[in-house]
Amino acid sequence: MKFLGFIVVCLTGALLLYGTGDFSNWGDPNSPASLHLSNEYIERALEETQVPNLVTAVLADYRGFDTMFETAVIFCAGLACFLLLRDFREKKQRFYRHIPTGVILHVKNSKKVLPVGREFEHIDKDWVPSDLIIKTVCRILVPFIQIYAMYVVAHGDFSPGGGFQGGVIFGSSLILIAISYDLKILVRRIKEKVFGIFAAVGVLIYVGIAALCMPMGGNFLDYSKLAPLLPGDPHHVRALGMLGVEIGVGIAVTAVMVIIYINIVSEGRLEEGL
Amino acid sequence: MHWPIDMIVLTFIIFCAIAAISVKDLLATAILFGAYSFMMCLLWAVMGAVDVAFTEASVGAGVSTVFFVAAVFRTSRRTKD
Repeated sequence: MKFLGFIVVCLTGALLLYGTGDFSNWGDPNSPASLHLSNEYIERALEETQVPNLVTAVLADYRGFDTMFETAVIFCAGLACFLLLRDFREKKQRFYRHIPTGVILHVKNSKKVLPVGREFEHIDKDWVPSDLIIKTVCRILVPFIQIYAMYVVAHGDFSPGGGFQGGVIFGSSLILIAISYDLKILVRRIKEKVFGIFAAVGVLIYVGIAALCMPMGGNFLDYSKLAPLLPGDPHHVRALGMLGVEIGVGIAVTAVMVIIYINIVSEGRLEEGL
Repeated sequence: MHWPIDMIVLTFIIFCAIAAISVKDLLATAILFGAYSFMMCLLWAVMGAVDVAFTEASVGAGVSTVFFVAAVFRTSRRTKD
């Protein structure tokens, strides 16, 4: 069976390599894509959208539908992870740590719940004390990562970046908190429900901005019709519309990344994990 | 002088890919996938696709490595085959 699989993989690889032979050379000015489409974008995008980064202009404006459904796909990925992995059953055993003395209690009866607070804390079965150096370094790093993520989202019109990248970076800063401290610290600070709501709100912001163009007299995703609603130069209204949808994408991606992480790492119980 | 950098990075990518499917330790596979993604990111950057390189760096080398490590943490660390 393994040998058969090897042959199939080799055949597929050979076919793919054969297929790449038909590609035009990298950067070939005579390839079909560079002959018509690229020139159109390069010549007209800045004038039409006032966005210097052509990639953002293409992704968020010319191919706005594509990006909208990509965001929906990310949302579905988070939803699928939640539905597959989330486990709402009560755990039979609990472990508590008495904070002043460090004594660990093992409660086998599921009915008995100790008051968690200043005196007791709820811990995992494989609990180890978090390292002070790691905690401190991560605590210093996290705000900078988050500010950088917001910069990436806000500056996506002018430089590489945008909603997806910024959202992933913001989400990984929250994951860093969960790794360096404890999963419970993150889930206690920001409830799981909040992440779910944010994931949906991000997609809604995108679809909302797109749909708002229709009552203003334009097509779906035609940002130029939003001019009366937005302050400033009416030429920049497309750039502002793109910024709006990028923020929506960023919020959705952040929430989905955290949802996937907390569900994978704790087997859906959100109680213990890395 | 783009050509040699391309080839060096491409060689590293192939090495990472072969190593990732041949090692027995799944944690090592996760890290090798991270290295693979980072090399891909370098390759995109060399080819001038900076947006794609940025996405590859943040998603491929960053978050997906964390997801792999989390999944390995909750399953077994050694492969059966």
